[in-house]
Amino acid sequence: MIVSSLIQIGLYLIILLLLVKPLGAYMAHIYQGERSFLDPVLKPLERFIYRIAQVNHAEEMDWKTYTVAMLFFNFAGLIFLYLLLRLQNLLPLNPQDMPALPPDLAFNAAVSFVTNTNWQSYSGETAMSYLSQMAGLTVQNFLSAATGMAVLIAMIRGFVRHSANTIGNFWVDMTRSVIYILIPLSLILALALVSQGVVQTVSGYTNVSILQQVHFPNNQPSAEQTLALGPAASQVAIKQLGTNGGGFFNVNSAHPFENPTPLSNFLEMLSILLIPAALCYTFGRMVGDTRKGWALLAAMTIVFVAVLAIVVVAEQGGNPAISTLGIDQTASNAQAGGNMEGKEVRFGIANSALWATATTAASNGSVNSMLDSFTPLGGLFPMWLMQLGEVVYGGVGSGLYGMLTFVIIAVFIAGLMIGRTPEYLGKKVEAYEMKMASLVILIPILTVLFGTAIAVSIPDGRAAVFNPGAHGFSEVLYAFSSAGNNNGSAFAGLGANTGFYNTALGFAMLFARYWTAIPVLAIASSLARKKIVPAGPGTLPTHTPLFIIWLIVVVIIVGALSFFPALALGPIAEYLMMR
Amino acid sequence: MHRQLRSALILLGVMILFTGIIYPFLVTLIAQVIFPHQANGSLIESEGKCLGSELIGQQFDREGYFWGRPSATQPLPYNGSASSASNYGPSNEELLGNIQKRIEALKRSDPGNTVSIPVDLVTYSASGLDPHISQAAALYQVPRVARQRHISEGVLQEMVNRFTEGRQFGVLGEPRVNVLRLNLALDENK
Repeated sequence: MIVSSLIQIGLYLIILLLLVKPLGAYMAHIYQGERSFLDPVLKPLERFIYRIAQVNHAEEMDWKTYTVAMLFFNFAGLIFLYLLLRLQNLLPLNPQDMPALPPDLAFNAAVSFVTNTNWQSYSGETAMSYLSQMAGLTVQNFLSAATGMAVLIAMIRGFVRHSANTIGNFWVDMTRSVIYILIPLSLILALALVSQGVVQTVSGYTNVSILQQVHFPNNQPSAEQTLALGPAASQVAIKQLGTNGGGFFNVNSAHPFENPTPLSNFLEMLSILLIPAALCYTFGRMVGDTRKGWALLAAMTIVFVAVLAIVVVAEQGGNPAISTLGIDQTASNAQAGGNMEGKEVRFGIANSALWATATTAASNGSVNSMLDSFTPLGGLFPMWLMQLGEVVYGGVGSGLYGMLTFVIIAVFIAGLMIGRTPEYLGKKVEAYEMKMASLVILIPILTVLFGTAIAVSIPDGRAAVFNPGAHGFSEVLYAFSSAGNNNGSAFAGLGANTGFYNTALGFAMLFARYWTAIPVLAIASSLARKKIVPAGPGTLPTHTPLFIIWLIVVVIIVGALSFFPALALGPIAEYLMMR
Repeated sequence: MHRQLRSALILLGVMILFTGIIYPFLVTLIAQVIFPHQANGSLIESEGKCLGSELIGQQFDREGYFWGRPSATQPLPYNGSASSASNYGPSNEELLGNIQKRIEALKRSDPGNTVSIPVDLVTYSASGLDPHISQAAALYQVPRVARQRHISEGVLQEMVNRFTEGRQFGVLGEPRVNVLRLNLALDENK
């Protein structure tokens, strides 16, 4: 049993790490404009897109133009998605006659998908038309991922270039991300998922007869079951690959039509971390020293494995309160055991814990088990991974630009300690970069803590809490940690579909996304303008185990110090009370 | 500035066309040709009648059937058009109260059974639609079902073992029993 868990987790990590180099190298080719094996098909398509959009692909942008292009594109997407959700009742591909979303919910959902958060206050199968899922949500699953990748590539160019005023072309970086990377991978994954039983149809819901009658609360009998269907596989594929996480159905990848078998589960989990991990290699390739990329990947993986171990042990340990009722929670050959509340039998403990850890490490808010029902420690650590700023793999693009920001802070602190000018990849880190890096780190932290403080201070915020006591506080803290770091994961008991939460979490998502991406682009520009300082005897090597440990320490100290008091009121208090 | 805005609007339109229309319809087309059974919900058809989906559980609480996981969907259990979990926190009294009620129902249906109850039989699944229970949970129910159906426990145990799916490729996931399939087979044997 335990052996089987170890084998599954080990297999997952090995296959993930084996894919880093080939995919990372391919992405570096794409972003550097080099030839790739998909060129015969995709090059003409790319040229065609530039022609009709009147984009000159050779034109370079300074950081302000790059930022403006990114913001225009994102806000145009936001408005389009908002209107689509408000008008879905009048549009085609709505076999279940879903009504229009109310304004606060449409605002929340639109912001959520455009910012790559995918927080969901709605339930997919009872609120969304097929058109909204396809032309609204699926589209932003692609575009928000591509936006994150573009910003990362601009930042990498800041390290690569010297004495330069420009950081690339947003339209080109975005377009290439979508057509060379995201669409081909999604096509393959979507079809693999269908083969396992993920549904993909535009026909309406279907009725089946059931073996044993059931009774409504008013005792009226029913001999039928309505099965929600839809074009799910195409959306689930990009939901995972783009670290989006917004489920097609209410319970996300716990739904058997969204994640039917252990193999579909494995492929979906692999897709969560695939691109964020491979981008570390892309980074190393582009800066001309792959050791730097491996070092960042090593730092991420060490934190990931440590947290994963804690979550697996906590969940496998089960719920002590249930043991006292005489229930068997021990793992054996005939059952997974452990804390099975809110989990599916086909995934058991190992795959539920691995999923929870991978999705909160990356900014992928999908679930295959219900985090609100996790043990106190099993819920604490996924929450904390989000609070670290989504830098352990993190979102596609955004995770690595977050981690590179931590690198800037780490070399700066190291520089102060040894009394030398801090530098990374030959670029001096000066006051301007530090100011911008501080903004990137502090804005999400402030958003989470102030958001939680406001929510628990007002009746509207407290009324939505579902579970009593310390766990109820965890629900609110988790919601703002998720929105304030663009994750989207939830302690789903919180009744967040209210005017207050839809608005407050909507703004939290906007702050966390754009108020960090803009300073990152400013850093990119400032770095690109600098000259390259040749490495000397006093240069801090940034690929050694010492540096990897140092980087982890900086990430953890910032995360732990910022959130320990809040965590003490929620999951830590609950843990101590349950012992 | 003006030029960037124009590019933004046109590119958005192009991307909606490619990722929101062409891509999902292409996947639908290929899926409907190569995997029509899976793409339409893995339905179990028998003599022109649709008896459910292989992947979606159904509610069973009659003593002659194997029971599945408790389901938190509303207004009916195992509501396939509104998936939902209980979302009870581990320290919530209501969680323990519900588990207590479930234990009582299990005990009432089989007073002589002294084996401790496997955890998945008393806890809500994540989807409210979980089609599976663990092998332990199925074996726990063998004495009750055998008595109700007048089959020997040995035969029924053998049947449960036959319906236990192992890990996929021997490695992935957990061993499990599909409750609907097992109950359909029971009814066929009748």
